[in-house]
Amino acid sequence: MNISAIFQAITDGLLMGGVYGLVAVGLTLIFGVMQIVNFAHGALMMLGMYVTYWAFTLLGINPYVSILASICALFLVGFILQRFFLDPILNAPQHNQLLLTLGIMLVLENLALVLWSPDFRSIKVEWLEQGILLGSVVLNKPRLLAFVFTLAITAVLYYVLKKTELGRAIQAASQEREGAHLVGVNVRHINGIAFGIGAACAGAAGSLIMPFYFVSPGVGHVFLLRAFVVAILGGLGNFGGALVGGLIIGLTESLSALLLPGSLKEMVVYLLFVGILLVRPTGLFGGGRSNG
Amino acid sequence: MAETRTLAKKKKRVVSLAAALLALLAAALLPQVIDSYYLNLLIITAYGIYLAQCWNIMSGLAGQFSFGHATFFGLGAYTSSLLFTKAGLTPWVGMFAGGAVAALMGLFIGFLAFRYQLKGHYFALATLAFAEILRVLALNWRFVGGAMGILIPLGNKPANFQFPETVHYYYVILVMAALITFLVYKLGSSKLGLYLVAIRENEEAAEAMGVNSFKYKLIAVSISAFLTALGGTFYAQFYSYLDPELAFGTAVSVNILTPAIIGGVGTVWGPVVGALVLTPIAELTRGLLSSGISMIVYGLIIIVVIIYLPEGIVGLLQKVWRRRIIFKRRTTVVENKPGVKKGGF
Repeated sequence: MNISAIFQAITDGLLMGGVYGLVAVGLTLIFGVMQIVNFAHGALMMLGMYVTYWAFTLLGINPYVSILASICALFLVGFILQRFFLDPILNAPQHNQLLLTLGIMLVLENLALVLWSPDFRSIKVEWLEQGILLGSVVLNKPRLLAFVFTLAITAVLYYVLKKTELGRAIQAASQEREGAHLVGVNVRHINGIAFGIGAACAGAAGSLIMPFYFVSPGVGHVFLLRAFVVAILGGLGNFGGALVGGLIIGLTESLSALLLPGSLKEMVVYLLFVGILLVRPTGLFGGGRSNG
Repeated sequence: MAETRTLAKKKKRVVSLAAALLALLAAALLPQVIDSYYLNLLIITAYGIYLAQCWNIMSGLAGQFSFGHATFFGLGAYTSSLLFTKAGLTPWVGMFAGGAVAALMGLFIGFLAFRYQLKGHYFALATLAFAEILRVLALNWRFVGGAMGILIPLGNKPANFQFPETVHYYYVILVMAALITFLVYKLGSSKLGLYLVAIRENEEAAEAMGVNSFKYKLIAVSISAFLTALGGTFYAQFYSYLDPELAFGTAVSVNILTPAIIGGVGTVWGPVVGALVLTPIAELTRGLLSSGISMIVYGLIIIVVIIYLPEGIVGLLQKVWRRRIIFKRRTTVVENKPGVKKGGF
């Protein structure tokens, strides 16, 4: 193994980690506001991938333009899901909430299966084929673009959450549901919007990886578990933590893939997960909730 | 007064026990009148009841929400199958070895999780992670068959947990399901069961009353793990095949816990009712519709039940029953009150 292979693994890992971060940002936002662990998150990401796939295949739309369509569509899906399915069970026991999101996942995945068959599909974008050579490291264009877009999207989201009235309302609802209600925040509405934004993050991440990945109805599982790991690592509910957590997991994964045979790299990620859960369930940077 | 009440209670217990035995007898005689398709359905249903009850002990009674029962299921299935294929040990013995391995794993997970006070979502995610670790390990370990899994050589010696006729598997799993339901029923009124419920309802209060919650939670996890592993052995013997996804996959954990939640978490009859309702629906819709549509129906049923029956089907029945009793009592009290004129002036 030479030095350049290691550098290559580091770059690839960081670039992919950005996307993990974006998926986890959505998950962590939903958890922060509603204390719901959303098992349908991977399925929402899968929907985003299909949006980009069909926009490209049928209409020839640039994948980086169809991100907008995917964000809007998934926001709507998320808002509706929250309003009709999650809102009634916000105060239900955790196992009920979990099984409900699992039910939503089952429905979405199998809907995709019925509509679009179990085939693995991918798109081939010509102007993305050529890699960029940087010293001895090849930068894969779609991965680089995914990373850049991830940063841009999280920056916008950060601005919205910290600087706007809506963002402050979301923060209030996440810190103290009753209190926010008392000072005039329409918590029900805010919950819907927060879930919509979370779903839109998943959708955007789906669109971003479409140019270098494949889509099938069950593809969400791969990212769902990663997203849990990342979100816990960054502290469930901690927004910036999720992005850093994504980079750490991406890096861990690509380096262990370099060093370990087969799919053992996944085990490293899960071991890290268990370790973090036990030692620092509030995440590396705190801010997460420890009482789940 | 107190005597008549205990007498009434005893009578009620005898009646419900008789009803349960009658139902069991009916279930045992059912294969005489149905064909092999429905026999398979019966087996899967009884198997669903068994596993959901296992989950119910740890997550329903003791309130430690497991999202990774595949860990114990897979360990049981793999241990007995490996002992059988590699060492020729009969699965009747191997299943208890598997149970022991799973119970040890349960103790290990429980020790770590409770030592570091993992609760709720965090505990559930940790159990999920352990199942995933074992899945990846089984996938990459050639000795246990890797991705190819384990093919159990066919045979028909009952001494090897392999039967000449399908109906025999049915009797085995029916007895297992009946025994575990009886166990959960007994546990509910035992000291251990009461401790577990106390821990579930309020751990701090239980500790304050002198219940060693750490110890009893570990006991609940290891019992549940041991019994779940026996179910894993049954699966391996019935289907004669096992691979990492079938043993440790997330779908396994989900299938174990769904009937218990739909039926009613922490109740004796919840897992039974849940499996009786869900399994036939899942299997019959799969026969009638394409598999995708049948899973959509399944998912929708889960969603509807969770939203409209948050305490499960048994929870709803109990509520209706209680309301009826209260209503009855209220009317009798009014009737017996002296000096209350009935109607007119």
